[in-house]
Amino acid sequence: MKIVIINYGAGNIQSIKFAIKRLGYKAVLSDDVEEIKAADKVIFPGVGEASSAMKKLRDSGLDKLIPVLKQPVFGICLGMQLMCNSSEEGDTTGLGIFDVDVVKFSNKVKVPQIGWNQIVNLKSDLFKDISENEYIYLVHSYYAPLCNETIAEADYGLNYSAALQKNNFYGTQFHPEKSSSVGEKILKNFLVHSIQ
Amino acid sequence: MLTKRIIPCLDIKNGRTVKGINFVDLRDAGDPVELAKIYAEAGADELVFLDISATEERRRTLADLVYHVAEKVNIPFTVGGGISSVEDVDILLQNGADKISINSSAVKNPELINDLVAKFGSQCIVVAIDAKQIDGEWIVHLVGGKVPTELNLFDWAKEVERRGAGEILFTSMNNDGTKNGFANEALAKLSTELNIPIIASGGAGTMEHFTDTFVKGKADAALAASVFHFKEIEIIDLKKELRKNGISVRI
Repeated sequence: MKIVIINYGAGNIQSIKFAIKRLGYKAVLSDDVEEIKAADKVIFPGVGEASSAMKKLRDSGLDKLIPVLKQPVFGICLGMQLMCNSSEEGDTTGLGIFDVDVVKFSNKVKVPQIGWNQIVNLKSDLFKDISENEYIYLVHSYYAPLCNETIAEADYGLNYSAALQKNNFYGTQFHPEKSSSVGEKILKNFLVHSIQ
Repeated sequence: MLTKRIIPCLDIKNGRTVKGINFVDLRDAGDPVELAKIYAEAGADELVFLDISATEERRRTLADLVYHVAEKVNIPFTVGGGISSVEDVDILLQNGADKISINSSAVKNPELINDLVAKFGSQCIVVAIDAKQIDGEWIVHLVGGKVPTELNLFDWAKEVERRGAGEILFTSMNNDGTKNGFANEALAKLSTELNIPIIASGGAGTMEHFTDTFVKGKADAALAASVFHFKEIEIIDLKKELRKNGISVRI
């Protein structure tokens, strides 16, 4: 299985690579269109600020590639947010894969949300053998509201999308690579059970 | 529901773990990577590595350590100690650190907070503040609490938030090393006046101290070192106790 992590200079790629290695697989980092196209599984990471990350994607032409990929694609954290229609952060136009607009948490809660929260209403193969109310690690100031593509919810002042799926495209707001054994199981589910 | 976090802190000198008693008297307590793995398996929610080396190779040694921790550990970790530039942070994040914490360098050059936030995002920038209560006023201190500044804790904390930091790690020098509990009054004030998460540090001695810092101190996370390193408190027992007291924790 060829696993490619899209390397567009945004964020903590090393820990995703290590998490995949701990599962017994090997992932390569790449920004090469042909290499990404040829992968069996694609991981689209990202931390940091939305508009600058989106600019990096546009500069490298990856913004055109990602939405037309046919193999399973897994966006993590900011990666998931960039797969949505837009983000309030930096007034950013997203890749438009998930039909939802990312917005900022209100001041009624501490922003960013940092730490371990629970996921409920699990609806995808991504969560095979994962129980309701399991704990996952998040760190974010913006969120995707609930929508038709929501496959997991978390509660932070309100219920929002902890994960999204549309056909071969998956995304989690949380960091599976940092979510202990639960996260590793979710990452493994993506590698093994995601839609071909 | 977001849970309260328990964070063991590992002091690092020349790639090895040490624990500062009142930041002065140091004792060796093992290999940081192994210790980190043990804590992750024991239920720690996050780890903090604080580098107190003063050698020329410190940057390289710390970057190597971060790489090895990221390779082996499946929970988030923060690295701090002597970080003073965008380049320092870049290397540590690239090697797999989830967050970095700055302290003295932010006091000396507050603009550094803005620069780091602009380049890496708020979510990975923690500002550590050491403060001591002197004649009723909380004064920010530098160099492991040895050198007083003219900054008031609450004013500085608000400036740190305004400049975009994602989190504050507050250590009370009055409480640190005493095992008499956290500085809950100051913590509660920070937590109420600011809208970013606050990590309580300094003074953990008993399980009750953790309950108090979450309830009375309104802290979002609690950090401790020696009570965990010397097995005076097991994390799983602590979390069961916290849950019994109605505090939401990950078990």
